Amino acid sequence: VSAAPSAFSDEKGGSASEPEYGHDPASGGIFSSDYKRHDDLKEMLDSNKDSLKLEAMKRIVAMIARGKNASDLFPAVVKNVACKNIEVKKLVYVYLVRYAEEQQDLALLSISTFQRGLKDPNQLIRASALRVLSSIRVTIIVPIMMLAIKEAASDMSPYVRKTAAHAIPKLHSLDPEQKDQLIEVIEKLLADKTTLVAGSVVMAFEEVCPDRIDLIHKNYRKLCNLLIDVEEWGQVVIINMLTRYARTQFLNPNINESLLEENSEKAFYASDDEEEEDKKAEPATLAKRKPYVMDPDHRLLLRNTKPLLQSRNAAVVMAVAQLYFHLAPKAEVGIIAKALVRLMRSHSEVQYVVLQNVATMSIKRRGMFEPYLKSFYIRSTDPTQIKVLKLEVLTNLANETNISTILREFQTYIKSMDKDFVAASIQAIGRCATNIGEVRDTCLNGLVQLLSNRDELVVAESVVVIKKLLQMQPEQHSDIIKHMAKLIDNIQVPMARASILWLIGEYCEHVPKIAPDVLRKMAKSFTNEEDIVKLQIINLAAKLYLTNSKQSKLLTQYVLNLAKYDQNYDIRDRARFIRQLIVPTDKSGALSKYAKKLFLALKPAPVLESPFKDRDHFQLGSLSHLLNAKAAGYQELPNWPESAPDPSVRNVEVKDSVCAERTVLTGPEEVPTRVKCSSRKDRKEKKVEKPFYSDSEGESGPTESADSGNCESDSGSGSASASGSDESGSGSESEESGEETESDEEEEDEEEEKKKRKKLDKTKAKKQAEESAERCTIHTIHQISCIINFDQFDMNKITSVFSQTLAPSGSIKMYELLHRIKGEGLAVEYCFSRQPFSPEPNMVAVQIQFTNNTNSETKNLHIEDPRLQSGMRIREFAEIDVLAAGESVTVVMGIDFCDSTQAANFQLCTHTRKFFVSIQPPVGELMTPAFLTENDFKKEQGKLMGMNEILEKLTLGEKCVNEHVIVERVTATANLSRVPCGSDKECRFAGKTVSSGCLVLVTVTTKEGGGAQLTVNCEKMLIGTMLVKDILQALSQ
Amino acid sequence: MIHSLFLINNAGDLFLEKHWKSVISRSVCDYFFEAREKAVEPDNVPPVIRTPHHYLINIYREKIFFVSVIQTEVPPLFVIEFLHRVAETFQDYFGECSESTIKDNVVIVYELLEEMLDNGFPLATESNILKELIRPPTILRSMVNTITGSSNVGETLPTGQLSTIPWRRAGVKYTNNEAYFDVVEEIDAILDKSGTTVFAEIQGVIDACVKLSGMPDLTLSFMNPRLLDDVSFHPCVRYKRWESERVISFVPPDGNFQLMSYHISAQNLVAIPVYVKQNISFFETGSSGRLDITVGPKQTMGKTVEGLVVTVHMPKVVLSANLNATQGTYNYDPVTKILVWDIGKLNPQKLPNLKGSLSLQSGAPKPEENPSLNIDLKIQQLAISGLKVNRLDMYGEKYKPFKGVKYVTKAGKFQVRT
Repeated sequence: VSAAPSAFSDEKGGSASEPEYGHDPASGGIFSSDYKRHDDLKEMLDSNKDSLKLEAMKRIVAMIARGKNASDLFPAVVKNVACKNIEVKKLVYVYLVRYAEEQQDLALLSISTFQRGLKDPNQLIRASALRVLSSIRVTIIVPIMMLAIKEAASDMSPYVRKTAAHAIPKLHSLDPEQKDQLIEVIEKLLADKTTLVAGSVVMAFEEVCPDRIDLIHKNYRKLCNLLIDVEEWGQVVIINMLTRYARTQFLNPNINESLLEENSEKAFYASDDEEEEDKKAEPATLAKRKPYVMDPDHRLLLRNTKPLLQSRNAAVVMAVAQLYFHLAPKAEVGIIAKALVRLMRSHSEVQYVVLQNVATMSIKRRGMFEPYLKSFYIRSTDPTQIKVLKLEVLTNLANETNISTILREFQTYIKSMDKDFVAASIQAIGRCATNIGEVRDTCLNGLVQLLSNRDELVVAESVVVIKKLLQMQPEQHSDIIKHMAKLIDNIQVPMARASILWLIGEYCEHVPKIAPDVLRKMAKSFTNEEDIVKLQIINLAAKLYLTNSKQSKLLTQYVLNLAKYDQNYDIRDRARFIRQLIVPTDKSGALSKYAKKLFLALKPAPVLESPFKDRDHFQLGSLSHLLNAKAAGYQELPNWPESAPDPSVRNVEVKDSVCAERTVLTGPEEVPTRVKCSSRKDRKEKKVEKPFYSDSEGESGPTESADSGNCESDSGSGSASASGSDESGSGSESEESGEETESDEEEEDEEEEKKKRKKLDKTKAKKQAEESAERCTIHTIHQISCIINFDQFDMNKITSVFSQTLAPSGSIKMYELLHRIKGEGLAVEYCFSRQPFSPEPNMVAVQIQFTNNTNSETKNLHIEDPRLQSGMRIREFAEIDVLAAGESVTVVMGIDFCDSTQAANFQLCTHTRKFFVSIQPPVGELMTPAFLTENDFKKEQGKLMGMNEILEKLTLGEKCVNEHVIVERVTATANLSRVPCGSDKECRFAGKTVSSGCLVLVTVTTKEGGGAQLTVNCEKMLIGTMLVKDILQALSQ
Repeated sequence: MIHSLFLINNAGDLFLEKHWKSVISRSVCDYFFEAREKAVEPDNVPPVIRTPHHYLINIYREKIFFVSVIQTEVPPLFVIEFLHRVAETFQDYFGECSESTIKDNVVIVYELLEEMLDNGFPLATESNILKELIRPPTILRSMVNTITGSSNVGETLPTGQLSTIPWRRAGVKYTNNEAYFDVVEEIDAILDKSGTTVFAEIQGVIDACVKLSGMPDLTLSFMNPRLLDDVSFHPCVRYKRWESERVISFVPPDGNFQLMSYHISAQNLVAIPVYVKQNISFFETGSSGRLDITVGPKQTMGKTVEGLVVTVHMPKVVLSANLNATQGTYNYDPVTKILVWDIGKLNPQKLPNLKGSLSLQSGAPKPEENPSLNIDLKIQQLAISGLKVNRLDMYGEKYKPFKGVKYVTKAGKFQVRT
């Protein structure tokens, strides 16, 4: 590799950088040489050769990388911020971000360059300008940053919007005062539908306002559906956030089981076979309680995160695993075990974190990891910290059935050379012995054998563990206690000595002969012992005094006297306390009567607990969980709510054209009920669609939810109470989710179910297709009504314009998608129906008409393999099963063109052939009408001056004689609506781009003699320019 | 999220620092050095270290510690995974990830780090995107650059970052269109003293080298996909197709990448290609011990075992080894106490044997445990699990690509207890 030096490490660069290393420690000439060196760098930066500048910048960056101070070069460097050479520019950015904080005033010199960059037509330059601008930590420019972020948040390019999302936490950390404004931007960006933005904005949300769970409601389903296509890092953040969200919004799916646990905890824990237990439990609890029904949104989250367990990124897998652990019904949690075990093959750091989490999980859900027991076996080459964690997991997994295998493993571990690990193994054996009664004696014997081990650490650890085990049944083991008493001569480890002394004292009646002798020995060495040992000597003395005062009275006095003058005040205190308690004097208090009871009370056996117990109150996979302490900025995982909050908050306003039409016809009072009804329907539909993998080809689902017959409250009066309809809704839902819980047990069933549902969908879609064909003919009325429902401006405005709305009077232009000859008899035409596309309002509805000119049936008409520009999306129409000879059928599909006129390419497939086709929209079809009052129009126009305004003079064509023709021409060219206007020389039109909702304002002012002036105001200059061209052409014909 | 990154070599020199937010003094690394000292072995440094104001999350790779500084709650795996991604990117760019290459290419390293994180949150981590932003150094380019003064920063802006398939760059063109797949399987096993298998499983990966023009859409299918117990995929793989049809359908990144990794569980009987007969014993008196190891073929499916290496971590008291190998060479390093016996190809007619005496530190008690043996081996043209690629189909492009599949079996963590 040294043979492949970079530009920097070649001879020139190398010789230039080496002396820097050498010079610095040379004490004498530091300053002079320093200045000299920097002088030549300055000279290079001032030269007008890019190569010299680059060389200088490279050396400066190398200095920064090594942590050397290069701040005195700031003025020389900042001059080059506008350098043409892209690498110099980038390195200057690196420098600027590093030192701007120290040189605030000088840094301001560079700001104007970035401000210019923010207006660049190239999205990547806009993004990088914003990125650097927001990274400069200079408080004076906070307002500029705020403005830039706001602007970028509504940029046409998703990449710039992503950068805006990244900039939000930067600004927040620079100036927390901006929080409220930033939350507004976050709210706006959360509504963004591109995968590119989703991860970044959720990150910003987590840093700025993690408690504003209300901002998530409306975006919840979208986030769930986008998740699989978001980049890996974003997935982690979104999943963690959604875990918290779900904990506040849904009910505990294990609520019945936890009840059961309370009722019959014993029986529950005793049984290994949890499955069986579940089955037994179900009928019992079902009888007692209303059955638990999972919220479909809860199910959606679980379903959409599951495939991510297969991610190559360990962080994503862990995030899904913790989500399942915290949110899934018990029966489903098991699936994460396999994925977690897979991560154990990864780097040791990954193993470390995963094992910590597995250790916590294995306490709660032991059954889950039992099949993978052997994956936790320890290799001699594992690092100690990994070994100890694996041991922890193995211990947690031990039960009656596998204990013999585990103990056999442990036996090999005890022989290891790694003594820390051996100590941990001994503790693990102790824990197994306490938890599983059957093996207690075996373990104890094994541990006693270890007492003769040559390594003192091993012996000491064994003593400590044996002490704990003996406490459980001391009577049978007086010989072990005797054996341990002998050890006191040799063992030096304080903890072990203390343990032995405590044992002898506690069970002195089992070893009446040895105990006083041990005390004698200890009294001799008292002064040389460690503190914990001294305390135990005092304890031993006290206990012996109480049981066998004849032999030990003097010894006790002696020990207490030694302790009285000890250096440690704890020991002095203890000695005084004990003396008062046990030695009877004339003044001795009431307590001394109870001394025996106090000292020789039966002590409960210690419970050897895993250090990982109850760690799961921290969100798994988090830093806080790993440290077992709350880290800064940790968001508590909330407890499940007692009763579920209103699920309807997640309903997104459904824009259903048929419903809307009725709304208009029957009057505004009915709006609320109508909306509710349709949205619930939509929810059900979402369930049916199962958008499992958002890039999946087959998935299309019904394109429009426009079937009037199904709506229950159709015939109901406008005053149908909300609660009533709610009830019926929840009824049908519970039916469905009932099915689902069933199907969880029997997957095949579920699949069948799915198929059925799919079929149903298809027939529905067909119906809709027919309907939409009909609708096309009467589109004038439709248009009015849809427009109203789709407009996001409020009702007042709508009503005020209501009378004036007009629809394009000319028939809609049809374009050819596939010629009948090329398509071997299949002819396909499309038009832009100008209808709102109800499933996704950001899409342009494209109506496609298939005509089968052959003599045979054409089957399985569908779209495949869309080849789209970035950010563009299409929503396919439902597959057409059969198109009979000579028949034609019309369907509607949605395309999100991202406000560009780039063509959407895809393949049109029949059962035999595939055709490459593309749809390119005229710019005028990328907008929907917007309704403004004259005042609003002027106000909006005022905001879109300068660069956003395009003026063009034209001569009107011969036929453009009156206002009516002009209006007709303009509305035919672009999907705009007319805005009322006082002057008869002016025609105004307004619209919004479909994808991003930018306003498009058009004014045509006629002048005397056939002249006219066209003004287009639009934030998106590209759209503006193209629109001007099209309208010009239309008007001058 | 990630505040700063420090690169520290094994000797404890801090040789690179990078800050994504305000500058954090390098003195924060003192806490790391403290932990490093306590851990003795670099493997044992806890990945997460707590300091009064920060958290240090570190990884150890190629003799370099990547120490990142964190201030607030963040999933530790997120950071660890990212740091490994950084190390892999360096490896990808410079051929190896070592202190000297990082120092030699410090400017590119800095440019990469700048692109990979924005304000501590990962921005561009896909190798394909990064390579468009910053071209990897080559001899030719660095020479041209010094002469013409042009740079290694891409003039064009990355297309991948904006597309729905960020892992592939647009406008790829090759004269020879080829796609190669390596099926690499590793056997993880623990054998006990008597040679019985305590635990064995197979971990496999499919590495791909795809050099195809345009936007090819590939489908890889197996003869026996049911074998695979657990899989994880590169983001390009369509999970749904795998679920429903058990085929791997994907639009590949350009160049080298790991398509998938899989796991074949312990339930399926795993073939163990070699057996080891060993006898290591230490004597109570005379400060010496004996060692006798023989390796022979077991289940090799008729293929030759190559690259056979036996590694033994000896107890601390073993001073030297006086051995005789019938095949290959052995080497005992008295500092690290590692005995390496490089055998090479396994000849079934004449089994390799290593025999001789060990001398121990005089006066020290004899070691209680016999050291375990780690085996390394390689078998070409064999996937020990029996997995076979059925076919590779390409859609979306017209040309006929060159296709190839190679199988290799290796020993992973293959340990024989003694």
